[in-house]
Amino acid sequence: MNTVPKGDRRLALSNLGFAYAAFLIGTLCGLLQVFIRNDALTLPSWLDYYQVLTAHGLLLAIVFTTFFIFAFFQSGMSRTLGAFGPRVLLWNWIGFWVTSIGTLLVVVMVISGQASVLYTFYAPLQAHGLFYVGLALFVIGTWIQGFALVGHYIVWRKQNKGELSPLFAFMTVATVILWVIACLGVVATVLFQFIPWAFGWTEGINVELSRSLFWYFGHPLVYFWLLPAYMAWYVVVPKIIGGRVFSDSLARLSFVLFILFSIPVGFHHQLTEPGIASFWKFLQTVLTFMVIIPSLMTAFSMFATFELRGRELGGKGLFGWVTKLPWRDVRFTSIFIAMAFFIPGGAGGIINASFQMNEVIHNTLWVVGHFHITVGTPVAMTFFGLTFWLIPHLTGRRFTKTLQKLAFLQIGTWSVGMLLMSTAQHLLGLLGAPRRTAYTGYAHEDAQAWFEGVLSNHVTMAVGGSILFLSAVLLIFIVVQLWWLAPKADESTFMQFPIAESDASSTPKFLENWKIWIGIAFILIALAYTIPLSDIIQHAPPGSGRFQTW
Amino acid sequence: MHLHKYEKIWLAFGVFALIIFLSVVGVSAFHQGNTPSGGHMTIDPEKVRETAPFNEPGLHKKEDGTYEVSMIAMAFGYDPAKLQVPAGEEITFTLTSEDVTHSFSIVGTNVNMMAVPGQINHRTHTFDEPGSYLVVCNEYCGSGHHFMSTEIEVIQQ
Repeated sequence: MNTVPKGDRRLALSNLGFAYAAFLIGTLCGLLQVFIRNDALTLPSWLDYYQVLTAHGLLLAIVFTTFFIFAFFQSGMSRTLGAFGPRVLLWNWIGFWVTSIGTLLVVVMVISGQASVLYTFYAPLQAHGLFYVGLALFVIGTWIQGFALVGHYIVWRKQNKGELSPLFAFMTVATVILWVIACLGVVATVLFQFIPWAFGWTEGINVELSRSLFWYFGHPLVYFWLLPAYMAWYVVVPKIIGGRVFSDSLARLSFVLFILFSIPVGFHHQLTEPGIASFWKFLQTVLTFMVIIPSLMTAFSMFATFELRGRELGGKGLFGWVTKLPWRDVRFTSIFIAMAFFIPGGAGGIINASFQMNEVIHNTLWVVGHFHITVGTPVAMTFFGLTFWLIPHLTGRRFTKTLQKLAFLQIGTWSVGMLLMSTAQHLLGLLGAPRRTAYTGYAHEDAQAWFEGVLSNHVTMAVGGSILFLSAVLLIFIVVQLWWLAPKADESTFMQFPIAESDASSTPKFLENWKIWIGIAFILIALAYTIPLSDIIQHAPPGSGRFQTW
Repeated sequence: MHLHKYEKIWLAFGVFALIIFLSVVGVSAFHQGNTPSGGHMTIDPEKVRETAPFNEPGLHKKEDGTYEVSMIAMAFGYDPAKLQVPAGEEITFTLTSEDVTHSFSIVGTNVNMMAVPGQINHRTHTFDEPGSYLVVCNEYCGSGHHFMSTEIEVIQQ
């Protein structure tokens, strides 16, 4: 009785399974880290802290998110544009396998101790050449899956000439475009710099160029995580609360603006380094700040949807509508809390990107706190909220009352854990505690102060981290139940993919003219990057050799 | 495209906030001269110790009366390992790396700069208070990264 076509279902479930396997191992690595940093645990000699840290970053920030995002895209595209044809399905599978093989290659290299280069793999730290090959395959696989989805969209556009595509499909295509343009940077550095250098075909590497190309990719990567969460906020949440999309045209416009302003901005990650003139750093700071506009538009749309629905249900007065929202529905509450975390998260982002304030927090624990309340909560917890119905939707099982209670416990513990851990990390960062260190035992009174506060304390961080791990295990338990063990749904209890109604009748057609937006994006990228990058190439020092310092 | 009345107010507020934020950052950068560390000198990363000013790491007095500290970052420490500098004087830290990427971050100050191999970084700072300042490397540089630290003694003259 499951309405999802079998082929599409198996594809999405394969991506989901991979995502949650990575999630389990990644969070376990996180747990190990907080104990090692507090001297509560000593690793066996064959395992090193920085190996664990590399695995944690890669598995959670890249592998879990990417595989989950494709599972979400594939099920949503199949739901809104109809079942995949055989060719779309085939290319999606090819992409899935290429992505998976790339991931496994990277993981094997990390586990065998030949790639403790962390998630940023900065040159001239040199991992085994196969690590970079794995990274390249990973990106290529995601491109194949992305293009397969765009192919499905093109087929629909041809069959529905002159019509605007459904909002979900529009947003998926926008995200894939962002991802492909963003990856050009990392593909260029991996293929043309890292692989030839790591295998010994070239002598030196231009470190500053590799860093700039990495961060050209590294910032829009953040929006590759965020946009799928925004899709859930714009399209899925209104349906769950029984409302509709607040404004179709504003939703599309905000996604277009995210494409334009999240790519030409990587230099704000390099504000404290030489080789880039202040002017270019400042210009990219300005462009970075522009994402404030679509971010505020998104916030407005969300709360407008909530208020309209709350008032429809009889909410009175200035805030009476808040009480009418479906707080007992974990599919809504999880995502609402995720959104709330994004308010301090976004404010912290403005601080990080600020030309001068960045010096105060650059590479301190503050940054770690920042991405745990942006990627680790708004994005990840939105994905959790989606998981609660996406797996039943695909497996045809029921999200039972007991499982719903457990889901509340899961998001509750995740929120508390994140709050404790990230608050401690932000405060410790302000006190100068560095990130990415195995121990914090510097023999100096300034470093001892990092253990003295109530919240600004490494122990508080560890407590938060431990709660998070328990929450992660609970989530895996729920996933396993929904996948294999919960009772089968019947017609009345089958969980449909929730898609809210979106009135596109007054949406201008040019919003879906991708040529315009891709063109403007490339003009902005050329403005922000051509001169500084050619300067880095022409004014290059002799290349750096290969170093393995772990 | 239809825009709701409150949406217009909200967007106007957002644009206004954006202008304020960028003005603050811009005035601070271009009027008050507050720019983060940087520099455009390059160096052969294999010949750091033969190239001035890194052939003599440490504190030097410049002709204009200010001070320069030339500092080499390496796995897993700094050269010079011990450093004394005067309080109340303008000091320019000139930094490079002879191996991988490191950082030079003085806890409790805004001196926080990256040591990128092949590039020379600069940051000027005046210590107002004498005392001992902790310097840490906050960019991962290998298995001894967490041991990479030093102290700067700031002394009253």
